[in-house]
Amino acid sequence: MGVEGIGASVVRKEDKRFITGKGRYVDDIKLQGMTHAHFIRSPHAHAKVKGIDSAEALKMPGVVAVLTGQQIVDDKVGNLICGWAITSKDGSPMKMGAWPAMAPETVRFVGQAVAVVIAETKNLARDAAEAVVVDYEELPAVADVHAAIKAGAPQLHPEAPGNQVYDWVIGDEGATDAAFSKAANVVKLDVTNNRLAPNAMEPRAAIADYDSAEEHFTLYTTSQNPHVARLVLSAFYNIAPEHKLRVIAPDVGGGFGSKIFIYPEEMVALWASKKVGRPVKWTGDRTEAFLTDAHGRDHVTHAEMAFDANNNITGLKVKTYANFGAYMSLFSSSVPTYLYATLLSGQYNIPAIHAEVIGVYTNTTPVDAYRGAGRPEASYLIERLMETAARQLKIDPAALRRQNFITQFPHQTPVIMAYDTGDFNASLDAAMQAIDYAGFPARKAKANAGGKLRGIGVSCYIEACGIAPSKAVGSLGAGVGLWESAEVRVNPVGTIEILTGSHSHGQGHETTFCQLVAERLGVPISQVSIVHGDTDKVQFGMGTYGSRSAAVGLTAILKAMEKMEAKAKKIAAHALEASEADIVIENGEFKVTGTDKAIALPMVALAAYTAHNLPDGMEPGLKESAFYDPTNFTFPAGAYICEVEVDPGTGKTSFVNFVAADDFGRLINPMIVEGQVHGGLAQGIGQALLEHAIYDANGQPVTASFMDYSMPRADDLPSFKLSHTTTLCPGNPLGIKGCGEAGAIGASAAVINAITDAIGKNNLEMPATPDRVWRTIHAA
Amino acid sequence: MYQTTYHRASSVDEAAALFAKGSEAKFLAGGQTLLPVMKQRLASPSDVIDLGKIKELIGIEVSGDTLTVKAATPHYDVATSDAVKKAIPALAYLASLIGDPAVRYRGTIGGSIANNDPAADYPAALLALGATVKTNKRSIAAEDFFKGLFTTALEDGEIITSVSFPVPQKAGYAKMPHPASRFALTAVFVAQTKTGEIRVAATGASQSGVMRVSAIEAALKANWSPSAIDGVSISASNLLSDIHGTAEYRANLIKVMAQRAVAAAS
Ligand SMILES: Cc1cc2nc3c(=O)[nH]c(=O)nc-3n(C[C@H](O)[C@H](O)[C@H](O)COP(=O)(O)OP(=O)(O)OC[C@H]3O[C@@H](n4cnc5c(N)ncnc54)[C@H](O)[C@@H]3O)c2cc1C
Repeated sequence: MGVEGIGASVVRKEDKRFITGKGRYVDDIKLQGMTHAHFIRSPHAHAKVKGIDSAEALKMPGVVAVLTGQQIVDDKVGNLICGWAITSKDGSPMKMGAWPAMAPETVRFVGQAVAVVIAETKNLARDAAEAVVVDYEELPAVADVHAAIKAGAPQLHPEAPGNQVYDWVIGDEGATDAAFSKAANVVKLDVTNNRLAPNAMEPRAAIADYDSAEEHFTLYTTSQNPHVARLVLSAFYNIAPEHKLRVIAPDVGGGFGSKIFIYPEEMVALWASKKVGRPVKWTGDRTEAFLTDAHGRDHVTHAEMAFDANNNITGLKVKTYANFGAYMSLFSSSVPTYLYATLLSGQYNIPAIHAEVIGVYTNTTPVDAYRGAGRPEASYLIERLMETAARQLKIDPAALRRQNFITQFPHQTPVIMAYDTGDFNASLDAAMQAIDYAGFPARKAKANAGGKLRGIGVSCYIEACGIAPSKAVGSLGAGVGLWESAEVRVNPVGTIEILTGSHSHGQGHETTFCQLVAERLGVPISQVSIVHGDTDKVQFGMGTYGSRSAAVGLTAILKAMEKMEAKAKKIAAHALEASEADIVIENGEFKVTGTDKAIALPMVALAAYTAHNLPDGMEPGLKESAFYDPTNFTFPAGAYICEVEVDPGTGKTSFVNFVAADDFGRLINPMIVEGQVHGGLAQGIGQALLEHAIYDANGQPVTASFMDYSMPRADDLPSFKLSHTTTLCPGNPLGIKGCGEAGAIGASAAVINAITDAIGKNNLEMPATPDRVWRTIHAA
Repeated sequence: MYQTTYHRASSVDEAAALFAKGSEAKFLAGGQTLLPVMKQRLASPSDVIDLGKIKELIGIEVSGDTLTVKAATPHYDVATSDAVKKAIPALAYLASLIGDPAVRYRGTIGGSIANNDPAADYPAALLALGATVKTNKRSIAAEDFFKGLFTTALEDGEIITSVSFPVPQKAGYAKMPHPASRFALTAVFVAQTKTGEIRVAATGASQSGVMRVSAIEAALKANWSPSAIDGVSISASNLLSDIHGTAEYRANLIKVMAQRAVAAAS
C-alpha cells in the first residue's frame, strides 16, 4: 500500500468542493430562458379528478402554461413502470395499476400531482397554482395493510382486486412443516418494520432543456443512475430515443435509494420543456420530499422458528405483508421478495425455510428501496427472533447464535443465496470483547441500583451486496443486467481519467477510485480524475445502489486498468528494448526488472499518442474499457452490540456503548468506510428509536415535516466503536464486499434487543419512542 | 412567501406608528416562528415591522429583587448571561434548552411569549415565577397574559417591551423534549418565591396551553422534596395526545418533570 493506495485513509478529494460551497447541484444550474415548474398536488388520499379550471391562473403575471394529467396522457407519454416482474404462487404475474406521471382521473395518495404550472419564476408559478381550481370527488381511502386486504376495503386499482399486488412464496413448505412438526420448541414473533422517509439532504430536482432544432433533450437531475434514467425515459416513457436524450446527474446530495427511481417530475419537466419551448426547472421542497420521494420498509410480519431439543434451529416460517403504497415504484417489487426473503437464513444453519410475501396497495406514498432495501427487514426479523428464542429457551443470546452459526463455506441456504465466505465467530468475538460482554451483568446490577434499567442487545447481520450477477437476477425477473462499466483514459501527458458508470452522491468515489489507480501505477491521486454522472461523457453504466460501486464498479475499473497496463507495458518494452515480461510498474515508471532502465508513464502515454515509434501493428492511443459482471452477490456480515440505559420515569433510552465489528472484505479507504458505517448506524438507530412516516386511517400523512418526523441528530447517537474482521470476498479480484448499507441493516435489532432486555419485556415495536417504551414498561 | 413590505423600526413608538399605517402589519422579532409560517404561505402580512434592531428592546437588567429581560433579547443571551445565572439560574438553563443554536441566536423572549405555543418553554417560567409582561401600553401579570393555545392578552398592535421576573428563593426546570421539534413534550418549572409561595407551571402538556399544577403545588407546600410528589395523581383528561405522547404519558411526565425540577432547584 502506498500513501494513497488501497488501504490508505486518504482525505476525500471532493470535500474541498463541498465544504467550501463550490458543489454544483441541479438547483445551482441556471439556463438561459429557464422557466419554473410548480406542481399542483392532491390534498386527498383518494379522489376522482372531476375537472381542472386554469382560466384564472393563465391570466396571472408570468404564467407560461398550465398542463394537466389529461394532456400528458393525450401526448402518449408512457406510464411509470416497475422493472422487476414477480410471479405469484398461483403462477399469475403481479398485478399492476397504471401510474401516469400526472393523474388524469384518479389520485391515490396525498401529494400525487394532477397538474403543473410553468412560469417565469418559482414564486409566480406558486401564485398561479393557488388560482387553479381542481374539482375533486373524495373517495374512501385506506392506509394500513391489514385494513387494505379486508373484504369491503376501498379498492385502489381495478387491475388488482383486493388491493393485492402479488402473493409470492419461496422455500420448501413441506420440509418446513415437517421440521415444525418435530420441533422441541417453537418461537413466535410478530413484528412491524416501520415506514421511513429517506430524507436525503438535497431534495429532488430536475431541469429539462429541449432543443427543437436537434430534437434533443438534456435533463439535469438528482439521480443515482443517469443511464438507467435515460434508458427508462427512452424505452418506456416515449420522451426521446436514447441518442436524443442526455441525462446529467451532477453533484447529488445523498440518495439512500430514493434517487434510483425515475419520478413523475422529471418526466413532466422533459415533456413540458418541449411543449413550452424553453428549459423547465423544478426543485422540490422538503414537504414534497416527504410526500413524493419513495418511502422505505413498511412490513408487517408473523414469523416462527423451530428448534430441536439441543437448541439447534430446524426451521423458519415467515409471512409478511408489504405495503407498496399507491403505485409500484421502479424496483419496489423486488424489495420484499428477492432482496428480503433470500436473506432470511441470516448467519445461521437453517435446514428448512418457507416464506410468503403479500404485496399490498394502500393510499400512501409509493414504497421502494431505501438504504439496505429488504435486507434490514430480514436482518431485523431474524435477530429479533434469535433474541426472543434465547429468552424463551433461557440461554445466552450470544451463545445461541454461536451454536447455530454457519461455519463452512461456501454455504447454500434454502432461499437461493450461496454464501461464499465469512467468519461469523470472529466478528461476534470482536464485538463482545469491544463491549466487555462478560462484564455486563455487574454493570447492569450497578445501574439498576441507581434506578436505571440497563440492557444489552446483539445483532449478527448478513446482507447480499455487490448487486448483482446479471444472469441470476434476470432469471428472477429483473428487467436489467446489473454489471458495471469503466473506461481508463491515459492522456498524452500521462494524467488519467476514469470514466465510470457508478455514481457518487456522497460515497467518495472521486477518492477511492483514484486510490486503485495510485495503487497500481504509483502515481499521486492528484493526477487522476473520475468522470461520472453524464450519459454524453460516460459509456452506459448501471449506477450506484446496493453497495455495488466498489465490488462491481471498481472491479470494472480494475479490468480496464489491466488492459491499459498490458498495452502500456508493450510500449515501454519496445522503447526500452526489453522483453514485455520483464516490465514492472513502480512509482509511475515502467521499469525493466532488476535494472535501472525505466521510462516514465507520461513518456509511454506520449509515445502512444505520437505513434512515431510503436511496436509493429499496434494501434495508437492509450485508452481501454471493460464491463464487469459479478459471478455472485457479496456477503458483508458482522456483529453489532449495544448497551443502553432506559429511564423508567420517562421511557427515554440512552446509549452506554455501541460497538460494530464488520467484515467488508478488503477496505479501500478505511476512513470512508468508517463514515459509511457511521451514517448507516445513524439510520438504523433512527429507525429503531425515532423515525416513522405515519398516516392516519384516511391516508393523510401525519409526519410531513421535521417538526413531526424525527430525524436522528448527533446528540441522539453514541460515539461508535468500530472494528473490522476480514475474510476476502473470493468473487472479485479485489476481495471487496461493500460497506454502504451494513449499518442500516444491522443496527435496529441490536437497539431493540437491548431495550427489551433492559425493560424485561420482549414485545416492543419500532420506533421505541420514550412514550412507547414507558407504556410498555407500565403495561399490565 | 407572498409579497410583503419590510420596515426596520428604530424605536418602539416608530414601530407602533408603522403598524398603525399597515393594513395587515405584523411585528418581526427573531423570525423563528413568523418567517417559516410566511414561507409556507400560511401568513401574508402586508407589512413586516422588524423590532430586532430597536436598542431599547434589547438587554438584561437586575435591580433589587427583579430581573428584567427586554423583549427582543435572544434566547442565547439569556442562556449565557451571568446576571441571569446568578439571579435565576433555572431561567438561564431553560433558555439553553430552546431549539438549537441557530434558533437560540435569533429567537427572542418577546416573540416566544407573543406566539404562546402550547409547547414553548418561556411561558412555564413566566407563570411559575409570577412574572409581569410590560408592553408599550400597560403591565400584564403572567396569569392574565396567557389565554390558551397561541392566544394572549395582547391587543392588535401592542408591543411587548420587557418581562420582569421577581427573583425567587429557589427555582428549577426540567424538560422532556419533543423528539422531532425539541419543543417541550412536557416541561415543568417549579418556584418557591421569596414570600414562600410555591408555584408550579407545566408546558407542552395541556390542550389549553401553559398551566399551573395546583396538586403539585399543594404537595410541595407541605414538603419541598421530589418524593412529596410521589403520591400526587394527575388526570390525563384535557391533556394533549399525539404521535409522540399519549395524554397518560404526559400526565406521568408532569409528575416526573416536577420531581426533577425540584431536585434541580437552587
Ligand atoms: C427549529 C425550531 C425549534 C424551536 N424550538 C423551541 C423550543 O424548544 N422551545 C421554545 O420555546 N421555542 C422553540 N422555538 C420557537 C422559538 O423560541 C422562537 O424564537 C419563538 O417562538 C418566536 O420568537 P421570535 O423572536 O423568533 O419571534 P417571531 O417569529 O419574529 O415572531 C413571532 C410572533 O410574535 C410576535 N412578536 C414578536 N415580538 C413581539 C413583541 N415584542 N411584541 C409583540 N409581538 C411580538 C410576532 O408578530 C409574531 O406574531 C423553536 C423554533 C424553531 C424554528
